[in-house]
Amino acid sequence: MATKTEQQMVPLNGDEAVALAVKQSDVDVVAAYPITPQTIIVEKFSEYVANGEVDTEFVCVESEHSALAASLTASLTGARAFTATASAGLALMHEMVYVTAGCRAPVVMAVTNRALSAPINIHGDHSDVMAERDSGWIQLWAENAQETYDSIIQAFRIAEHKDLLTPVMVNLDGFWLSHTLENVNILPDEVVKKFVGTREFPFVTDTEGKQVPFKLDPNNPLTLGPLDLPDYYFEHKRQQEEAMHVAPKIIKEVHDEYAQLTGRSYGNAFVDAYCMEDAEIATVCLGSAAGTTKTVVDYLRSQGVKAGVLRIRTFRPIPWEDIITSLEGAKAIAVMDRSNSVGADGGPLFHEVRHLLYGSRGHPPVVDYIYGLGGRDMPPKTIHAIYKDLYDIASTGKVKHFVNFAGVRD
Amino acid sequence: MSQQPKSWKEVSPAGVCWRPASDYLTGDWRTFKPVRDPTKCTKCLLCHMVCPDSAIKYDKKTMDVEFDYNYCKGCGICANECAAKAIKMVKEEGE
Repeated sequence: MATKTEQQMVPLNGDEAVALAVKQSDVDVVAAYPITPQTIIVEKFSEYVANGEVDTEFVCVESEHSALAASLTASLTGARAFTATASAGLALMHEMVYVTAGCRAPVVMAVTNRALSAPINIHGDHSDVMAERDSGWIQLWAENAQETYDSIIQAFRIAEHKDLLTPVMVNLDGFWLSHTLENVNILPDEVVKKFVGTREFPFVTDTEGKQVPFKLDPNNPLTLGPLDLPDYYFEHKRQQEEAMHVAPKIIKEVHDEYAQLTGRSYGNAFVDAYCMEDAEIATVCLGSAAGTTKTVVDYLRSQGVKAGVLRIRTFRPIPWEDIITSLEGAKAIAVMDRSNSVGADGGPLFHEVRHLLYGSRGHPPVVDYIYGLGGRDMPPKTIHAIYKDLYDIASTGKVKHFVNFAGVRD
Repeated sequence: MSQQPKSWKEVSPAGVCWRPASDYLTGDWRTFKPVRDPTKCTKCLLCHMVCPDSAIKYDKKTMDVEFDYNYCKGCGICANECAAKAIKMVKEEGE
C-alpha cells in the first residue's frame, strides 16, 4: 500500500475548497458567471488569475448559458475546462447541460445547490440540480468541505477518462457547505497535478476514413454534435447510457487511488452506509444533511435503537445495487428529499429509491420526508421525529402518510 | 469512405461526421427546379452569390452559370433575386 501523502490542514469553506481544487488541477479554461451561493468560487478563482498563480484562461461571460457554452467548446478542443453555478444559473444553463453531455465534453462543474424562484430565495436546497438529473451528467454529492475538495479533484479524472468522456457535477449544499468554514486537508500542488494527469483521447473516424483523436483540431477537422435526425440520434443517446454503465468502474478506481494517496474515502465511492449492517430503521439522503443525521443515529444507537443512514454520494449513475443491498433488510425506510417534484406524489430521491426497492427481496415500506426547502434548517429534533415515525411503522407495519413535509408550519 | 455504422456500438461519439456533407445529395428535397433563360441572363453572378447551398457554379471564361441539381433544394432565392428575371422555377416532373 502506498504511503499517505503529507497534507496541510487549512480553514476553508466549501466554495474556497472548490476554487483551490480547481487551481491545483491544472485547468486550462474556466468560464463562469457569479451567482449566490457559488460566488466565492468565481471570486477566489479570479484572484488566482489576477495574482498570476495560475495560467488558466478565465472567461468573464455575460450569462450562465454562455459560461457552459464556453466551457463545453473549450473542452472539445482538448482543454481541461471548469465552471460553477447555482439555482437560476443552472436553470439558464439547462440547454447547454444536455449539449455538453451529448457532445461528450468532460467539463467539471460545481453546483452550489440553491432553491429556485419564486418566491425568490438564495438559500440551499436541491431543486436546481434535480431538474438536471436526466441530462447525462455524472453527479457526485459532497457531505462536507473536505469531500468537496476531494471530489473536484477526482471529478477531472473521472470525466476525462477516455472510455467515459462524460461531464461531472459536484454538488455542495448552498451555505451549509459553500459558506461554512471547516478544517480541510489539502494536498501539495504537484501531487494533485500528477494525480489528475493529462487528457487522453480516443480515436474516431473522420470524413476521409482516417483515425484521428476525438477533439477539435484544425489539422484534423471534425464536426461534433451536428444535426442528427431520427436516423442516428437514438444510437448516440444509447451510447450515453452505456457510458453510465462504464462509469462505476472508473469512479471506483479513481476514488480508491485517491484514498490510497490521502487516507480519505467516502463509503465505497457510491454510497456511504452508516450503521446500516443491522439497521432496522433507516433514512436515505444526499449532501450535508447526512452529517446531522449521523449524530442522531449515534444517539439512537446509544439508546439501543437499530438505526442507520444511507448517504448517496454518487447520484448519477444511481448505485442501484448498493441501494438495494443496503436497504432491503430494513423494516422501515424514510427518504429525505431536499426538493419536491410538485404533483408527483413525493420528491425525486423518494421515487428513485422506492423504484429500486421494487426489485428487492424484503419490500420494506418506504416513506418520503420533504424537508429544508429554501434553506430551512433540519435540526436533530426533526430528524429524530422521522426515526420515531419509522419506529412506529416498523412496529405496527402501518404507514399513515407516504409523503410527509418535515419542518413546515402545519 | 467509411461504411455506414450498423449499431450504436459502432457510431462515433457526439455524432462526429463520418461522411462529408457533399455525400448528402439534398437535390431530392426539391419540388421546383430553377431553369435559366440564357437570352435574358446578363451573367451578373448574383444568383451564384445568393445561393445558400453553393449549388450554382459558373464558368470562369464564359461566365455562364449552371445549376448543380445534386444539391439545389429548389428554394427559389436565385429566381427571386435575379435582376434580369432570367430564372424561372419549374415544377419537377415524375412525382
